[in-house]
Amino acid sequence: MALAKAIIITGNGTNCETEAAHACRLGGFDEAYIAHISDVLSGEVRLDDFQFLNLTGGFLDGDDLGSAKAQANRFKYARMPSSSEHFIEQLLRFIADGKLILGVCNGFQLMVKMGLLPAPGGNYLQQVATLTFNDCGRFQDRWVYLKNDPASPAVFTKGIDKGIYLPIRHGEGKFCVDSTEVLDHIEALNLAVFKYSDSGYERSVMEFPENPNGSVNAIAGICDESGRLMGLMPHPEAFIHRTNHPRWTREELPEEGDGLILFKNAAEYVKKNLL
Amino acid sequence: MAHRIEVALKDQVRDARGERIRREIEQFLHLRVESVRTIDIYTVDADLSDTDLVKTAAGPFCDPVIQQYAIDSPAAKNFDFLVEVGFRPGVTDNVGRTAREAIEYISGHSFAPGEGVYTSVQYLLQGSITLADVERISTGLLCNTLIQRYQILESAAFAEQNGVAPYVPKVSGRVEPEIREINLNVSDEELVRISREGVLALTLAEMRIIRDYFVDEQVSGERKRMGLTLSPTDVELEALAQTWSEHCKHKIFSGIIEYIDENGNREEIHSLFKTFIQGATKRVRDILGEKDYCLSVFKDNAGVIKFNDEYSLVFKVETHNSPSALDPYGGALTGIVGVNRDPFGTGIGSKLIFNTDVFCFASPFYAKALPSRLLHPRRIYEGVVEGVEHGGNKSGIPTVNGSLVFDDRFAGKPLVFCGTAGFMPAIINGQPSHFKKIIPGDLIVMTGGRIGKDGIHGATFSSEELSETSPVSAVQIGDPITQKRMTDFLLRARDRGLYNFITDNGAGGLSSSIGEMSGECGGCRLDLARAPLKYPGLDPWEILVSEAQERMSLAVPPEKLDEFLALAVHMGVEASVLGEFTDSGYFHIQYGERTVAYLPVSFLHEGLPPMRMRGVWETRRHPEPEAIVKDDYTGDLKTLLSSLNICSKESVVRRYDHEVQGGSVVKPFTGLDNDGPSDAAVIRPILDSFEGVVVGHGICPRYSDIDTYHMMANAIDEGLRNYVAVGGSLDLVAGLDNFCWCDPIQSEKTPDGEYKMAQLVRANKALYDYCVAFGVPLVSGKDSMKNDFYDGSTKISIPPTVLFSVIGKIEDARTAVTMDAKRPGDVVYLLGKTAFELGGSEYYAAKGFIGNRVPRVNAEKSLKRYRAYHEALKRGVVASCHDLSDGGLAVAMAETAFAGGFGLSVDLGRVLFTGVPCDRRDEVLLFSETASRHLVTVRPENREIFEDLMSGNCFSIIGMVVEDKTLTVTGLNGSIVLNGELADLKEAWQSPLREM
Repeated sequence: MALAKAIIITGNGTNCETEAAHACRLGGFDEAYIAHISDVLSGEVRLDDFQFLNLTGGFLDGDDLGSAKAQANRFKYARMPSSSEHFIEQLLRFIADGKLILGVCNGFQLMVKMGLLPAPGGNYLQQVATLTFNDCGRFQDRWVYLKNDPASPAVFTKGIDKGIYLPIRHGEGKFCVDSTEVLDHIEALNLAVFKYSDSGYERSVMEFPENPNGSVNAIAGICDESGRLMGLMPHPEAFIHRTNHPRWTREELPEEGDGLILFKNAAEYVKKNLL
Repeated sequence: MAHRIEVALKDQVRDARGERIRREIEQFLHLRVESVRTIDIYTVDADLSDTDLVKTAAGPFCDPVIQQYAIDSPAAKNFDFLVEVGFRPGVTDNVGRTAREAIEYISGHSFAPGEGVYTSVQYLLQGSITLADVERISTGLLCNTLIQRYQILESAAFAEQNGVAPYVPKVSGRVEPEIREINLNVSDEELVRISREGVLALTLAEMRIIRDYFVDEQVSGERKRMGLTLSPTDVELEALAQTWSEHCKHKIFSGIIEYIDENGNREEIHSLFKTFIQGATKRVRDILGEKDYCLSVFKDNAGVIKFNDEYSLVFKVETHNSPSALDPYGGALTGIVGVNRDPFGTGIGSKLIFNTDVFCFASPFYAKALPSRLLHPRRIYEGVVEGVEHGGNKSGIPTVNGSLVFDDRFAGKPLVFCGTAGFMPAIINGQPSHFKKIIPGDLIVMTGGRIGKDGIHGATFSSEELSETSPVSAVQIGDPITQKRMTDFLLRARDRGLYNFITDNGAGGLSSSIGEMSGECGGCRLDLARAPLKYPGLDPWEILVSEAQERMSLAVPPEKLDEFLALAVHMGVEASVLGEFTDSGYFHIQYGERTVAYLPVSFLHEGLPPMRMRGVWETRRHPEPEAIVKDDYTGDLKTLLSSLNICSKESVVRRYDHEVQGGSVVKPFTGLDNDGPSDAAVIRPILDSFEGVVVGHGICPRYSDIDTYHMMANAIDEGLRNYVAVGGSLDLVAGLDNFCWCDPIQSEKTPDGEYKMAQLVRANKALYDYCVAFGVPLVSGKDSMKNDFYDGSTKISIPPTVLFSVIGKIEDARTAVTMDAKRPGDVVYLLGKTAFELGGSEYYAAKGFIGNRVPRVNAEKSLKRYRAYHEALKRGVVASCHDLSDGGLAVAMAETAFAGGFGLSVDLGRVLFTGVPCDRRDEVLLFSETASRHLVTVRPENREIFEDLMSGNCFSIIGMVVEDKTLTVTGLNGSIVLNGELADLKEAWQSPLREM
């Protein structure tokens, strides 16, 4: 029987690979493989053998040229030594095959700076948005309420009622676009999957600390038109069990954390459509 | 030719970095600037085509949504003054290195030797300021002249010369390395001069021992054979100085002390370390017998205890005080990434699971004059906080516990404690992971960063007081990403069994790491010419003692070498073979074919006789304030809540990622609005298990003003009671001590050295007494003994300080308890009796007093009560628990109430008191800092089980949790003596450091 396989790329400063793999396994993947970037770029590990790519949190290359910039460059230009292929060709094939990519925090920054998101018109290599320094000027670790757009095409968020509660941990999370057309495109197609909101998930919020970075339209996460590529600043893999919640000792909470549903949806989609 | 690529934010984009600088100019320098904008400059010194330059600028260097670039034409406009800040030649430029890699990817161009990319930042200042102001802004804020250079241009001059000319900060100069011999057959004065001018930090007695060794006849014969003369080489002298430094050798803790107590009783102590620290652990382990869970203590880079049958837990806490005083950001960053390498280099290597940090500063609002060499405490605060933020966050290690302690004496030297825990499978490749062994013939391999002139003399420099002439080269710049790449690689090499031994390169560099490793197997032969350098021109001695960061030293068996090196190449990590380990008995260092050091391992490690010291104790009396009886203490409580030591540190804590790795259970902040202060941290290192690690700490330097014996006892108790409060088990718990002292050696500079030495002895005695009484083994520790500033006229000594860290286990993390009141109607208990112990309290400090009645710890009673409480916690009948420390009961009640969003109604008449009746006063009951107490809330339906489990211990019901958002306290005479709205109390607590 074919297996549902997730790959989590690590190395060069990626930090959340262990909990991302744990979330993939709990979500229903038969295998969650943590691959070092050197294994991927050397061709030892091939994206073609997986259906779900996790680009997760961390500080790729220390944010040296701006968050994820150096890795975006590496992903675009690295050649595979064993073949004439560039790594980017493998990645574009992965997308063309209808597979799933989830970028979290630094992984979201990477996707946006490569152009994988929001990718209007399916142009995956044209950067039209960015994530830059929080308006408060500092790195922040705090929990945020995320209002879900039920009309979004994202495959990861199916079944979310009103919203979910997750931690953000970033210094460069302010979402910006290069033109109003891009923002209009995002809003018109319901690509802004998550927006920072009040605790009742009623309305999006622009004020600190509910909106921790000053993102335009309070955007915390977006997907592409296919809904199979998604990125968000908050960390779903950081709220998998109720003991991750900052108030678990005072609230009656279900055993499962809010973030797990993204990985469950991914596993379900893979099993239904890609095996 | 060098090209300048300038990357600026587009006009309409907000410049967060610039805005922050503008704010800091106003706050730190009290100058008003209208605006500050910034530009990133990449100076590319490489043979690149124009097309590749454009591709690079437009691609990896520039974010097209918010930035624009210019190549070899200035981007700056609309400014009055421009300041460009870049690194000095030879200083690690991490961004430059990443930029270079990016160019290699995009262009396919391989950088030739000598080619490079160098980064700098331009600050464009607008406003009515003078050139002198800009000088001040540059040297006072923008540029750390130790490691950076700057250039100021007025707008007119800028226009005239069409921008800033490219400057390449390449290290140039002499390339031929030099080896000097030092003639030690000289006068005593000359010996002292050699030590002082060479920053060797060796005393005259030590210099004489070295001189005498080299004139020995047998020695001279051996040396002749090796082509050496009767005079030591600079390599040998430096190696001895590093190995024998206070920093590495701990001469004070291993020396012989004559101690005289207040009654004139004499005692001779042979090594504080062996007697009290190792002694306590041995005693505790003997008592534990078969239940002993210590695996490796005091012999490796960090301590190792058993977590369960499958995993071992590793822990170490270090200080990085002197570098942080000179370069707060770089010093602190290196502190955290440096201590990371300790657990990483313990046993066969462990995965790092959390950091802790404790900072001791003078008030950031310090308004008195400071000696010119000292940075303002606010600058130190900002720099240290940011350094640890970058070091910890970028390494992907959660910072789970810590604190900030304020005392103006820390202006002399800030204390920066950084701790890291590691986790490793108990058995790796069939061997216990905490065990490692070098086999002669194993190869000496160094991995990670390259060696440069950074961090030369760090070990010896921190063994002296800070002064006007503290060397600039002593500061290193850490790079968490280089280190992360290396640890990713080494963990894989570990699991494949590719090395036999691992240790870190910290203080003393290769001299220290290879010196210690040679002690393990009996010798080495090391060729310094094979060490990878950042740039040419280092002398052999500099290569040996450089403390350049991100390096580990390993012993690799010859048959595994090819696989080890291939894996290193695959994962993009540099690894170099520098020689081999031997059993020759000699620390043998070559430079190419030439022998440059040939020292017996025994002389290196045991050649130094123990130092002799003296400590004389006297009880010092402080003025005692008048007892106060008043109707209302609400104002006193608010004052305390706003004091720097008690107020919320949330603005700092939120800058540290405390949740990465996914196992966070008890976070630094908790309660209704996620802003109540947790007592200790709980994490789950194995994500599919509920076994947790608990970590807490105690630190109370204020009590040292009365008696360091009780300071130590209280620090231990505070660490334990924090740990116990959240659910730490007393059956698997270990301690770790970090001593930070002012110089305790009597001398002209330190006329009260004998008193300070007696203080040190007393703290050690308490450490032994209380660790044994509590049954807590010490697994590792560190001391830093010269925390003074002296410039010839002003002397500032820190108060004797011990950080006592506590680590252990909670069997089921789902039973952990937090400090916030949970629901109205819950019963409020105070565990433990209260005594009139306001000496050294925050309450007295707020009134300008020290007093004399320092809290005394009764370990036997507390331990029994802690155990009973732990049973109640395991049964799930504790709703909340908060430890009582700074500010006593009043502060604990306020914090519990506003964290939970519910009021408390408490009656002081029900607080158990011990002492003479006339001391039983409202003031005492509210603010006394008597040790070992917890404030607990319990659901009414669990009351009976709770009281049953606690029976036989001192505790009482003192009140109830109420819906009304007020803290109401009834005094002994029956009237209300404290009445505070929670919102007001919380505001008092949150406001002081909110904007920092």
